[in-house]
Amino acid sequence: MAQQLGYLSLALYLASFLCYARILYAPNIWVGRLATLLLACGIVAQYFSLYERSRVIQSVPYDDLYGSMSLFAWLLGITYIGLEIFHRQRSVGAFVTLLLVAWVTGLGFIAAGAPTVRPPARGPLFAFHVTLNTWAYAAFALSFVLSLIYLVQDRVLRSRRLSAAFWRFPPLDVLDRMARSSVYVGLVALACGVTMGFVWEHRLRGTYSFGDPKVIVTLAIVVVYAAYLLLSRNATWRGARAALLCAMNFVIVMFSYTFVNLYLTKFHRFF
Amino acid sequence: MPSLSKENPGQSGAIRIQVALIGCNHRTAPVELRERISFTPQQALQAADELRELGILEEAVVLSTCNRSELYGVPGDAHPTPAQAMEEYFGSFHRIPSKELEGRVYRWAGPDAVRHLFRVAAGIDSMMLGEAEILGQLRTAYTQALDHGATGPVLNRVFQGALEVGKRVRSETEVGTRPMSVALAGVKLAERVFGNLKGHSALILGAGNVAEQVIECLRNRGIGSLRVVNRSFDRAAELAKKVGGEAVAWESLESVLGLPDILVTSVSSSGPVLTRELLERAIAARSGRPVFVVDLAVPRNVAPEAAGLYNLYLYNIDDLGEIVEQNKKARELEIPRAEAIISEHIAKFEAWRAALEAGSIVDDLRGQFHRQREMLIREKLAEMEDVSPDERARIAHITEELIERVLEHPSKKVRHGRGMRGRLAGLEALRHLFGLDEDKE
Repeated sequence: MAQQLGYLSLALYLASFLCYARILYAPNIWVGRLATLLLACGIVAQYFSLYERSRVIQSVPYDDLYGSMSLFAWLLGITYIGLEIFHRQRSVGAFVTLLLVAWVTGLGFIAAGAPTVRPPARGPLFAFHVTLNTWAYAAFALSFVLSLIYLVQDRVLRSRRLSAAFWRFPPLDVLDRMARSSVYVGLVALACGVTMGFVWEHRLRGTYSFGDPKVIVTLAIVVVYAAYLLLSRNATWRGARAALLCAMNFVIVMFSYTFVNLYLTKFHRFF
Repeated sequence: MPSLSKENPGQSGAIRIQVALIGCNHRTAPVELRERISFTPQQALQAADELRELGILEEAVVLSTCNRSELYGVPGDAHPTPAQAMEEYFGSFHRIPSKELEGRVYRWAGPDAVRHLFRVAAGIDSMMLGEAEILGQLRTAYTQALDHGATGPVLNRVFQGALEVGKRVRSETEVGTRPMSVALAGVKLAERVFGNLKGHSALILGAGNVAEQVIECLRNRGIGSLRVVNRSFDRAAELAKKVGGEAVAWESLESVLGLPDILVTSVSSSGPVLTRELLERAIAARSGRPVFVVDLAVPRNVAPEAAGLYNLYLYNIDDLGEIVEQNKKARELEIPRAEAIISEHIAKFEAWRAALEAGSIVDDLRGQFHRQREMLIREKLAEMEDVSPDERARIAHITEELIERVLEHPSKKVRHGRGMRGRLAGLEALRHLFGLDEDKE
């Protein structure tokens, strides 16, 4: 059942991407609304897919690669749809849904065959800790996409070679605000997630493992994104430099999500 | 060119619906002639009345803009050569000899006339391809004629279709999206940086015609505040008063340079007025917030090396000219898509016209009555077992006769009533009341 719902969500994301791409080519308010609706339906379908998985393993699916990647994609979709509604801007939807389609398809190839791992019972606090941290990563991924679009738009404006799509993309100011909103969401989720992790660990062991590489890299992520938020208001940095910084910060997130998880940490080793 | 011909409905009973058009536009007539053949709104209504009173047209709408004067109508029964009569009336209304109009006036009839109107509404018959103003002008001309009672079912259908075409072409194609003037291109590019201009400010250097054009575009896009700087303070004050902005003395230029988000320059000067250093200080004064600079002057007012400043976007007249040229080509590429929408709406109108024209409404109605009669008889007779076959045949015969009698009067009214407009209105009412369109769907 979870697999069928996974396929359904992929189909809905794909249909949503096609509608978003269509409004980039020829804007139409109804096609735009349909794109949002399809994305929302995809998110709902993926929720039930994750729910089915959670029901079987009696936990949030974070301990296996498929579950973790699927949770990431779902939270990315939720964060984007929230930003789209808040900023009333659909023109980046094509890029985000393309990323979702690629991600969900990719995880189908990479990890669909992997067995569902039942994590040891760690309680709801730990589940929130993992979910909130994954949400933070998803929000940072979104800010990365928005910053890249900002940099491309900025370059096009400076080169004065304007393509057809140029007139359809959001203004630099909107991209900047959307990227910052996304980073705010990510930082709040990360702060809450990390705090819950510490509380959970303290309850369990009575200590805090500040020396764990995952904790160190996560704190570095908080610092670099907080720096981005500060510098994006600064005279020397605001604009393209801040967007570049935001895009570069995501390299650390990817490092934390992959290399640190797989090779460096002891407590945070998944899959 | 199609001719304006029609059958005599009095003899055949069939209605032949024809939309006719005559007019002049920027392609067929020079501005000197277009000035003389334009209609004021009052004249447009007067012409529509007179064309109907003379029996040339049953329904009429006059569309008059700076680039075109056109008479749209549905020819009445009385006139054998309506196109000729429309053209003669057109000349006589403006007291222009027919010889002067020769070769300047175009005539279209039937689907070609409808296509022409739809192309006008879509903006692809305009001097500036895809311009939006024509749709508003067309809406006004139609609404005034409608309120005045000059239109009827046919022109209502055609003009409502035209308005829908105009709307669809602008929302579904790129025909009307990209800026086609240097001033608008500059303002639209500024929107690519700042988004909505409502909370933003602009500084205009110069108070000439170009500056006025830019100010108009900025005002139309809802710019928050405007400042005008000119070497002649009086001229700056005059322009600022006219556009609801603030005039600033030339000597205070540097002190206000850090304030605006958009800077438009068009002053006569042999060298740059805004140097890189001056703009660098201005950006620092505004805490590095981006500034969009449009330099419309030749020689340029902004030093070219300022283009390298961080968060400064500089466009000169050549850059904008090139963008306008690209946009023109892009708009032209969209014409086939606009034509596809037009063809779709023409097909809709033709289907509606054919349904009315063939006199098929009475046949449709008869068919609907017979279907209901058969259903009812079958249903009722099934409950009455003691009815003999002879009696059944008689019941069938009587109900058939009843239907023919009921239909006799409306059929006559529809086929031989006074005036095409009245007959069409009757047909439309029948179609609506008996849900004949729903049946076909």
